[in-house]
Amino acid sequence: MTPVGLPHYLVLSALLFSLGLLGVVLRRNLLIVFISLELMLNAANIALVASARFLNRIGGQEMVFVVIAVAAAEVAVGLALLAALYRQRPTVQSNDLDALKF
Amino acid sequence: MQDLLFYVFAAVALIAGFLAVANPFSRNPLASALFLAVALVAVSGLFVLLHAFFLGAVQILIYAGAVMVLFLFVIMLLDLREEQKRRARKVAAGLASALALALAALISAAALAGGGPADPPALEGGARALGRALFTDFLLPFEIVAVLLVAAMVGVVWLSRKEAA
Repeated sequence: MTPVGLPHYLVLSALLFSLGLLGVVLRRNLLIVFISLELMLNAANIALVASARFLNRIGGQEMVFVVIAVAAAEVAVGLALLAALYRQRPTVQSNDLDALKF
Repeated sequence: MQDLLFYVFAAVALIAGFLAVANPFSRNPLASALFLAVALVAVSGLFVLLHAFFLGAVQILIYAGAVMVLFLFVIMLLDLREEQKRRARKVAAGLASALALALAALISAAALAGGGPADPPALEGGARALGRALFTDFLLPFEIVAVLLVAAMVGVVWLSRKEAA
């Protein structure tokens, strides 16, 4: 077995990203869509940190900082939107939110 | 030893990630959130394996700590009724799975074709190195993140007003 290198981490990142994408596309529960989004962001973070390590650039790790901050902001705003929506209409199923459907 | 740890963390992250996205045993969002926490801790372990020690700590603090608390708080706040069994959308599920698998295969093929240096240079991601880079070369992204966080905070406070429309 070859020693673990950059390709191993990139393949793991690709698998995790696809898993998250599957959740975003397939699930109708908005909470689980958010959870899948977090999974996708983490997959990107793995790729960034692995690239930083194996290409010897610290910039990849700084980028992960920014991604984590953006993810935290995204979760806060998204969940606040969800709570505000829930007050209007008590559902978290994306199928039931069809007020803008023509 | 490190290679073994990589495979352990990778397996934990993938299995917990799968259970978070599509749990065959429970439709409860709480279970998904807790499995996401497991996956996040495994990713933090991977960061430590990659010598990104500070990011590993930040991952636990911010993600497994703050973000998960936010998730669990909102899930419990919404007090969802038991989700009725939706009719299974077999065709859509199969199609989406095939597409996701194709995407994973495509990225993996690109990654494997690229190869890369097998012997990693010694890049250490301790707090000192990261902080020095953050406040010199990466000062502008740092400031942008600060503005973003303030904007997000103001937006969330506004959205969560009692009479928010």
